[in-house]
Amino acid sequence: MPLTLLAEQALNGLQLGLMLFLLAAGLTLVFGIMDMINLAHGTLYMIGAYLAATVAEASGSFVAAIAAAVVGTAVIGMALELTVLRPLYRRSHLHQVLATFALILIANELVRIIWGAQPIALNMPAALSGPVELAPGLRYPAYRLVVIGVGLAAALLLYVVVVHTRVGMWLRAGASDREMASAMGVNTAWLFTAAFGAGAALCAVAGALLGPLLAVQVGMGENILILAFVVIVIGGIGSVRGALVGALLVGILDTVGRTALPALFRALASPEVASEAGPALASMLIYVLMAGVLCFRPRGLFPARG
Amino acid sequence: MASTLHIGLRPLPTLVLVASLVLLPVVLTAVDQPFYIVLASRVLIYALIASSLNLLIGYGGMVSLGHACFVGAGAYTTAVLVHAGIGSAWLAWPAAALAGAVLAAMIGAVSLRTRGVYFIMITLAFAQMAYYVVVSLRALGGDDGLVLPRRTGYGFGLDPHADMTFYYAVLGVVVLLMAGLRRLLNAPLGRALQAIRDNDVRMEAIGFPVFRIQLAGFVIAGATAGLGGGLLADLNQQVSPSLLHWTQSGTLMVMVILGGAGRFLGGVLGAAVLLLAQELFSDVTTHTALGIGLVLLAVVLFAPAGLAGLWRQVAR
Amino acid sequence: MTKKASLLAGIALLALASTADAADKIKVGFMSTLSGPGAALGVDIRDGFELVAKGEGGKLGGLTADISIADDQQSPDTGRQVVERFTKRDRVDVITGMVFSNVLLPVMPAILASGTVYISPNTGPEDYAAEKCDPNFFVVSWQNEDTASAMGQVMNDRSLKNVYLIAPNYPGGRETLNGFKRTYKGAIAGEVYTRLGQLDYAAEIATLRAARPDAVFFFLPGGMGTNFIKQYVSAGAQQDARLYTPGYSADEDTIKSVGEPMVGILNTAQWAHDLDNPANRKFVADFQKAYGRLPTMYAQQGYDAAQLIAAAVRDTGGRIEDKAAFRQALHAARFDSPRGRFRFNTNNYPIQDYYLREVVKDGAGRITNKTIGKVYTDYADPFAARCKMK
Repeated sequence: MPLTLLAEQALNGLQLGLMLFLLAAGLTLVFGIMDMINLAHGTLYMIGAYLAATVAEASGSFVAAIAAAVVGTAVIGMALELTVLRPLYRRSHLHQVLATFALILIANELVRIIWGAQPIALNMPAALSGPVELAPGLRYPAYRLVVIGVGLAAALLLYVVVVHTRVGMWLRAGASDREMASAMGVNTAWLFTAAFGAGAALCAVAGALLGPLLAVQVGMGENILILAFVVIVIGGIGSVRGALVGALLVGILDTVGRTALPALFRALASPEVASEAGPALASMLIYVLMAGVLCFRPRGLFPARG
Repeated sequence: MASTLHIGLRPLPTLVLVASLVLLPVVLTAVDQPFYIVLASRVLIYALIASSLNLLIGYGGMVSLGHACFVGAGAYTTAVLVHAGIGSAWLAWPAAALAGAVLAAMIGAVSLRTRGVYFIMITLAFAQMAYYVVVSLRALGGDDGLVLPRRTGYGFGLDPHADMTFYYAVLGVVVLLMAGLRRLLNAPLGRALQAIRDNDVRMEAIGFPVFRIQLAGFVIAGATAGLGGGLLADLNQQVSPSLLHWTQSGTLMVMVILGGAGRFLGGVLGAAVLLLAQELFSDVTTHTALGIGLVLLAVVLFAPAGLAGLWRQVAR
Repeated sequence: MTKKASLLAGIALLALASTADAADKIKVGFMSTLSGPGAALGVDIRDGFELVAKGEGGKLGGLTADISIADDQQSPDTGRQVVERFTKRDRVDVITGMVFSNVLLPVMPAILASGTVYISPNTGPEDYAAEKCDPNFFVVSWQNEDTASAMGQVMNDRSLKNVYLIAPNYPGGRETLNGFKRTYKGAIAGEVYTRLGQLDYAAEIATLRAARPDAVFFFLPGGMGTNFIKQYVSAGAQQDARLYTPGYSADEDTIKSVGEPMVGILNTAQWAHDLDNPANRKFVADFQKAYGRLPTMYAQQGYDAAQLIAAAVRDTGGRIEDKAAFRQALHAARFDSPRGRFRFNTNNYPIQDYYLREVVKDGAGRITNKTIGKVYTDYADPFAARCKMK
C-alpha cells in the first residue's frame, strides 16, 4: 500500500516540521529583533520538558504539565534575558555564541544535579496512547495527531499576532530596523523581554509535546537546536514566515530522506553501497539543502531585512 | 618593538618559555610522573589547534563554528595512511595538513561569500556534514572510528611510543608553527587580514582582494588545524567522530576566548588553562562543566579580552 | 574449581602468612558511561559493582578496594584520557566498567599494552573473542552475538517465518543482527540500520508496517529502545507484529520509563531477577535494599565483575602483583553467580545458559520480567575455536 505509506510519511514529516517551527519561531524572533545568537535556546526546550515531566509525575495531569512548563519556562527565559543576555546585545556575535555556550554547559550540569544523569519519564496521556484509523489501512498514533494539531494552532496564533496586532507590528519593525523602531517610540527593552519570554514558552510547548515521543534527558536541546538553526538560516533570519517554510522543508526532507534514500540506493546500486551511502546521505541531506540555499540566496529564502 | 603593529613575544620571554618547555619532561621523569608528559603533549597539540582558530577569529574576524572538521580531516588522514601501511610522520603529518587545507579551501570558497551570523551557521553546517560523512562511512570505522596500531615514526632510531620522544616531536612542530604564525601575522598578508577584520568594506574599496586574502587565511588555519589533528591521532592512537562533533568546535572557540582572541598566545593560554582545569577537577567532581561554564560566562561578561587581556590589565 | 587451583590458593595463603610483601590494597579503575543517553546502563553496572565492595566493608576478597570511578561520556576520546590516567598515573591493577563497544574497542590496545587486566561487564566484541583473544581480557557478560542468536532460536521454535530486523548502524548493532541471522532460518522481511542515538522512529515504523512482517526483532540499547517501543505501540503496530529483542532493551530500566506498553515483549538474557538460586536471591534482595529498585542485567554483570575480582584476590591470598597467578585465579572464576552456572571458555568469554523472558504484569500489578523458559544450556560463542589461548 504505497499510498497509505506515503500519507503516513507525509504526516510524520509535518509533525517534525511543526515542532521544529515552534523552536525556530522563538529563535528567529530573538535573532531578528535583537540580533542575538542564542545557542541556549535548546536549553529552554530541555527545561520545558523537564518541568513538564516533573509536574506530570506530581499531578498526573498532562494538561497541567504543559501549562506549568509553559509558564515556568517563560519565567526562566525572561529572567535569563534580564540578567545574562541583555548585556550581550551590544557585543559581537562571537561573545554571544560563547556566553550562551556557557549557559548550555551550566544548565546541563544543573539539570544533571537536580534530576540526575539518567533520562526521566514523561508519558503521553493514556487516552492518546493508541492509534486512530484515518483511512482503511492507515492507522496513525493519536498522540502524534494531537501534536500536529497543537503545532498548527500555535503557528496560526503566531501568524495572527505577528501580522495583525500592534505588538506584531513592533516585532516586525524591530526585526527590519531596530534603531528606527526604537526612534519611533517602541519600547524595545520591554519588547525584547516579552519576545524572549514568548520564544521560551514556545520552546516549552515543543519540549512538553515531544518529551513523550523522544526522551527527556540532558543534552536533548543541543541536537534539536542545530536543526532549528538550519531551519531559520534556510528561511531567512528574522522572518517567521521563513521559519515556517524552512521548518516544513526540513521536516519533510528529513523524513523522506531517511526512508526513501536507502530504498532508492538499494534499487540502483549494490546492497553494500546502499547500506553505506543511503544513511550517510540521508543524515546530510538537510545540511546540503542549507548550504545550497546559502550558496544561491546568502540571506535565506525570506530575508527579513532589505 | 619594531613597530606598534608588531605581534608576538619579545625574545627574552620566548626563550624562557621554550626553555622551560624543553626541560619539563626531564623534570617529570625525575619525579616519576610520566602521565604528565602525555598531558603536556596534549596541551601543546590543542595549543596549536586553538592558535589556528585564533588566527581566524582573533586576527581574521572570521568566526568559524566548524573548526573541528579540519582537525578531524587531519586526524583521519593520518589514521588512514597508517592503515594503508604508510607509517612515517614525515609523510603522514604533511598529508594531514594538506587534508585540512583542501577541506578549508572548499568550505571557505563557499562560506566566505556570507557574513556575520550566516558565516557562523554555514561553517557549522559544513562541519556537521563532515561529521555525518565520517559517521556513516564504514571505511572510516563509522561510529567506532579507527585505531592506529602504531604511531607514525620519525626514523633515526627514535621510538615514537616513548612518551618523551613523542613530546619533543610535538614540541618541535608546535614551536616551528608558532614561529611561522608570528611571521605571517607581521607579513603583508597577515596585516591585510587584520585590516579586513577591522574594516572589510574599506579594504575592498582600496583595491585589496578581500575574498582571496580571507580564503588564504582560512586555508592556512585549516592546514594548521589539520596538522594538529594528525598529531592528535598519533597521541591517542585512535580517531573517532567525536573529534568532529560541533561541541568540539565550541570547545576550541572557548579556548580562544578564554585565552584572549587576537592575542598571540591567546590560544596557547586558553588550551592550557582549560585542559589543566579539566584534569585538576576531574578527580574531585564529575560536574567540571559547571565550573567551566561559570568561568566562561564570567570571562565573556566581565573580561572580554580573555585571560591574556586580564593579565595585561593586572600588570599595568 | 579444580584441585590444582585450590592447592594454588592454599600455597598462596601460606605465602601471605609468611611474607609481608603482599599488596595492601587493590586499585580498581572503573570507567563507565555515567552521563548522557547511555547513562542508565553505566549507573546500573556501577551500582552492581559497588554493592560487592559495600557488602564486604569496602574490601574486595579481603584487600581494601581503592576504586576510582570515571565517566567516559560514551566518547572514545574521553575514555582514552581516563585510561591514560588509570595506567600511567594511578597504576591500577584492574580496569573495568565500559558499556559500549565503540568506547571499548579504541581504548583496549592501550590497556593491554600496559599489561593491565580488563574485565568487561558488558560488551563482548567479536574482535577479542577470536584470534585477538588476550590473557588479560575477560568478559563476564556475554559475546555480542549470544543473546541475539538465542532469540533466533526462539523464533525458529515458534515457527516465525518472516521477520523484520532493525538495529543502529554501528558494529555492536551489526554484530547483534549477525548473531540473530546465525540461528534464524526463516525469511527476512527487511533489515534496517538507523543512526546511533536516533530518537524518533516514526518513519521507520511506517516503512516496517508496510512490509507486513510476522514479527520484529530489534536491537536498540538504552534510550533508543525506550522510544522505539513507545512509538511502535502507540502506532498500534504491536497487533500486527510482535516485538522480540535481546534482554538489553526490555529490562527494568526500560520498563520503568515505558510502562504498560512493554507488556508482552519477549526477550532473551543470561540472567533474570526471578531465577531461583541462593546467590540470586541474595543479590536481588541486597540490590533492592541498597538502591530501592529491581536490578537489571547490567547490574548483575557489574556485580559479577566485582565478585570475579574479589574471588581472584581471595584465591591468590592477596598477592595480586603476581600477574600470572592473578590471571589464573580470574580464569578459574570461583564465585557464585546470580545467573547460576558460569565459567570461562578458553577465550575468557563465558560459557553459560540463556533464558527466555517475557514482560508481564505480575500478581501485585507490577510490570516486570518473568522467566518462561531456557533456550541454551552451557552455550559457548562460535569464535572461541579461533582463539589460540589454552
